[in-house]
Amino acid sequence: MFYRESGDFKTTYAKDTQTFPIKLDRVGYYIILAVAFIAIPLLLITDTGGGASYWTNAIFLPFLIWAIAAIGLNILVGYCGQLSLGSGGFMAVGAYASYKLMTSFPDLNILFVVILSGAITAGVGILFGLPSLRIKGFYLAVATLAAQFFLVWLFNKVPWFYNYSASGQISAPTRSFFGFEVTGATASAEAKYLFCLVLLFCVAWVARNLTRGRIGRSWMAIRDMDIAAEIIGVAPLKTKLSAFGVSSFFIGIAGSLFFTVYLGAVEVGEAFGIQKSFLLLFMIIIGGLGSIFGSIIGAAFMVLMPVLLKIILVDQLNWATDIAAHFQFVIVGALIIIFLILEPHGLAQLWRLLKEKLRLWPFPH
Amino acid sequence: MKLTKLAAIAVATVTAATPVLAELVFPSLSYRTGAYAAGGIPFADGYADYFTMLNERDGGIGGEMTRVIECETGFATDKGVECYESTKGEGALVYQPLSTGITYQLIPKAAADGIPVHSMGYGRTSAANGNVFSHTFNYPANYWNGASLAVNHLLDINDGDISGKSVALIYHNSAYGKEPIRTLEELAEKHGFTLKTLAVDHPGQEQKSQWLQIRRERPDYVLMWGWGVMNQVAIQEAANIKFPMENFIGVWWSGAEIDVLPAGDAADGYKAITFHNVGSDYPIYDDIQKYVIDTGKAAGSGNQLGTVIYNRGLYAAMLATEAVRTAQEIHGVSNITAAMMRDGMEALVITEDKMAAAGMPNFGPSFEVSCENHGGPGTGAVAQWDATAKTWSLISDFGPSDMDIIQPLIDADSAAYAAENNIEPQCD
Amino acid sequence: MSANFFYTIEVIANGLMTGVMYSLVALGFVLIFKASGVFNYAQGVMALFAAMTLVGIQTGQVPFAHLINVIFGTHLDKFGWEVPTFIAILIALAVMIGFAFLVERYILKHLVNQDPIILFMATIGLAYFMEGFGDLMWGSEIKKLDVGLPQGGNVWLENATAGWAEGFYGFYIDNLDMWATAIAIVLVAGLIVFSNYTKTGRALRAVADDNQAALSVGISLRKIWVIVWSLAGLVALVAGIMWGAKSGVQFSLSLIALKALPVLMLGGFTSIPGAIVGGMIIGVGEKLFEFTVGPYIGGATENWFAYVLALIFLVFRPQGLFGEKIIERV
Repeated sequence: MFYRESGDFKTTYAKDTQTFPIKLDRVGYYIILAVAFIAIPLLLITDTGGGASYWTNAIFLPFLIWAIAAIGLNILVGYCGQLSLGSGGFMAVGAYASYKLMTSFPDLNILFVVILSGAITAGVGILFGLPSLRIKGFYLAVATLAAQFFLVWLFNKVPWFYNYSASGQISAPTRSFFGFEVTGATASAEAKYLFCLVLLFCVAWVARNLTRGRIGRSWMAIRDMDIAAEIIGVAPLKTKLSAFGVSSFFIGIAGSLFFTVYLGAVEVGEAFGIQKSFLLLFMIIIGGLGSIFGSIIGAAFMVLMPVLLKIILVDQLNWATDIAAHFQFVIVGALIIIFLILEPHGLAQLWRLLKEKLRLWPFPH
Repeated sequence: MKLTKLAAIAVATVTAATPVLAELVFPSLSYRTGAYAAGGIPFADGYADYFTMLNERDGGIGGEMTRVIECETGFATDKGVECYESTKGEGALVYQPLSTGITYQLIPKAAADGIPVHSMGYGRTSAANGNVFSHTFNYPANYWNGASLAVNHLLDINDGDISGKSVALIYHNSAYGKEPIRTLEELAEKHGFTLKTLAVDHPGQEQKSQWLQIRRERPDYVLMWGWGVMNQVAIQEAANIKFPMENFIGVWWSGAEIDVLPAGDAADGYKAITFHNVGSDYPIYDDIQKYVIDTGKAAGSGNQLGTVIYNRGLYAAMLATEAVRTAQEIHGVSNITAAMMRDGMEALVITEDKMAAAGMPNFGPSFEVSCENHGGPGTGAVAQWDATAKTWSLISDFGPSDMDIIQPLIDADSAAYAAENNIEPQCD
Repeated sequence: MSANFFYTIEVIANGLMTGVMYSLVALGFVLIFKASGVFNYAQGVMALFAAMTLVGIQTGQVPFAHLINVIFGTHLDKFGWEVPTFIAILIALAVMIGFAFLVERYILKHLVNQDPIILFMATIGLAYFMEGFGDLMWGSEIKKLDVGLPQGGNVWLENATAGWAEGFYGFYIDNLDMWATAIAIVLVAGLIVFSNYTKTGRALRAVADDNQAALSVGISLRKIWVIVWSLAGLVALVAGIMWGAKSGVQFSLSLIALKALPVLMLGGFTSIPGAIVGGMIIGVGEKLFEFTVGPYIGGATENWFAYVLALIFLVFRPQGLFGEKIIERV
């Protein structure tokens, strides 16, 4: 009744093509931004108990960082149609690049460290994207899996990457951004949160505008039918490699943040193993392929669901932790199946359908 | 929106679930699921059962009840972060991170929060230097001690001369597995044996290449730094190529019942380094039976009693308890804080009398912790598996390791960490 | 002939055998992909679940004992009987067939005609579900699997060939691997006979060729799916037994799926012989690489080299060695 486009007149082309054409959506979007950028940081600052630290380190940071990575992977898989299972390896590139940059150039601003790490990852991603010109579909997963296993092996094997330390663990030194510490153990919750949030916002904004522009359309043309796209003049080489590059850039940023801001110390095999690649793929499929919003909501689902279940089963119902953990698997598995049966195109599509229904509500047709 | 709704539910549950009680809180970052569950279950059971027994028998420690908060990590670092953050607000006294990854990332965090970390026989080896790592303790022994103890055992059985012998190290290709390499290289130089390292990638289900190589090159001894399925497969493969089991020595994480049982009789004679005693022939087991098992309060399924890793859980709990008693003495209060716990750990003195009083005579070495030395004495013994009786038994006393080699390595590594993170020495 | 020459042969022989062990896992993927176009991520977990069920039945474990004990405060553990191996295998197989029915009834039926990636995702959900369910049912500790298969190097072969060259200790071939090879041959032969000479088998191939056409001549897709998933369950049980005998039955068993992936891609998703040949190429390739190049670059190369090898083959044959030719139309 209240959610509809009638009466919301567009008088310019710019207005007609905006991301949120419906007024209510726009308002909602600005409210969410205000909550994320103002209300939550204020809450984090004013909280004096352990709450701020828990919410930031256990929930917000992993969610924000995984959302960045999910947007990255969604560009490759969802928009360009190239299946990738090498995301864990690419995140590792981002992490190790930032470690080397941080220790070699202690004065380099952390923001540049993160962006440079993304750029390095983009280079590696393009390299491993080359086979995509020849191999398609599920078979392409082999190329990215080769990247995954090779990169993890490489970072484990070559001591230069971990500065010849005895065990091969890398740990992030303290760095600040505009005078606020964002890495290291003493960094405040709100600084870490805002740093990641700003990056997520920028990544989502860039991704949204890339995907609705020329380059995004050429990605989708390749995804929908690559031969046809080639015939009408989309160069597969440039298009596929640009998708690999942009996607790896974002994933590299996520990997860099994962190491510097979130964990602070990582070991490559454990932190960036194959299970992380799968986890990221689950996020975008559950969230919705080819949707920025889907990437974010998918990351939220896969990060928050286990925590929520743990809180309910262990803290509320006082179940033994092992039984709760097993049930967590059962419930998450069952939920994935149920969601797919209800709506195979992910949570984003579910949301879209809901909005369609809302537009007509209360009339059925 | 879905997200805010979820968050709202989560807020409600978090706030409802944290009653603050005056208790001694010991978080247990257990891993009862995942690839390493078989090693995680007994440790978590032993750790929890010891405190349950104290509550039931003595009414806690020094009149304060204890509470173990278990949090499932599945051995994953990011879940470990969640567990740390969710338990630290409840007055946690000491963390046993249990995984190398979680330990490394807790070291700076816990130091910033003022909560001590006890990584007993794992984690960052150079944390033994208390001057740099103020809140991290890894007594009574670390991996470099373990490597030296294994070599000492080789010296023992060869009348002190192993020059010209060849030793192979088969290791889990991870931070943990690579730990002993540098120490072994130094020791190889000192004692004149040749060292060959063989990496096995996670998870280690397929080790044919490595064992064919061992069969070809016939090293005199094989050492193992393995974990999870790698252990069972390695012991089975060693049996397959008929490598003499008494020449095959694992570190303490490769020396439990679960590692040798799947290989059956073929595993007979396999050895492992340990820093605590084995078996269930201790007075404490009577108390655990009486106060914990018989009253139905056992953690888990209660079927792990007497296993090597269960004993390790008991030992960790006993050391934590003694540190609490020390802290209570120092500060004169019974309800201690994490900062007091740290002081207690740093002033910890373990004697034979204390262990006997705890019902665990000769369970581990006697030692003292100091401000500079958070690593304890670095002593250990060798245990051997008897496949017919299905028991481990110690075949040596708790002997010292070669600190002349290890101490410079600890100093160098901790100095590098201190420089990277601008840490001032905390002692003197 | 130098010892090194014989050792190279030994490495190749062992690589072939290991490859067959990989193929056992890959076969399950191929069966399901061929008949229904589903890339079954849960195949590894199915192998784990089958092996756990087998051990559980064999040793008379009470299913869900831990859960029941926690809820009702009982002390259940074992029934106190032991089931003979053969019967236990049959019961485990029956469980896997029952599982196939459930999968069809509750998952596949609702996802007919969806994109491959959606079906793939559904099997991921299934994998999560089974992982938790299996642990709840049988517990997550390591279990020893003993079905009477011999283990250890073949003594006869070793003695017969020892001393063929200076410093050569004789060929080492694991008895278990030989059994695995024999079982794999029987399994593949059985599958080929089944699909070529039985009515159901022909229906299976018809569905694989064109499911619409198969449907229109009266073949029940749902029945076919149950049969295919049951067959995959059988293969999972065999793979679970062979791998479980090596390492004990434990969670890591589900990770062997990762070793089957390069095999699958190299051989082609739709070819049973492809899975076997692919497995052998991967097995030999990774073992030879570790043997020759490994020592110079630090070892532990097998995990990634398998994928690189598959990648090299795929660059020349993008549909895998035995896969159906990809025909692209605009």
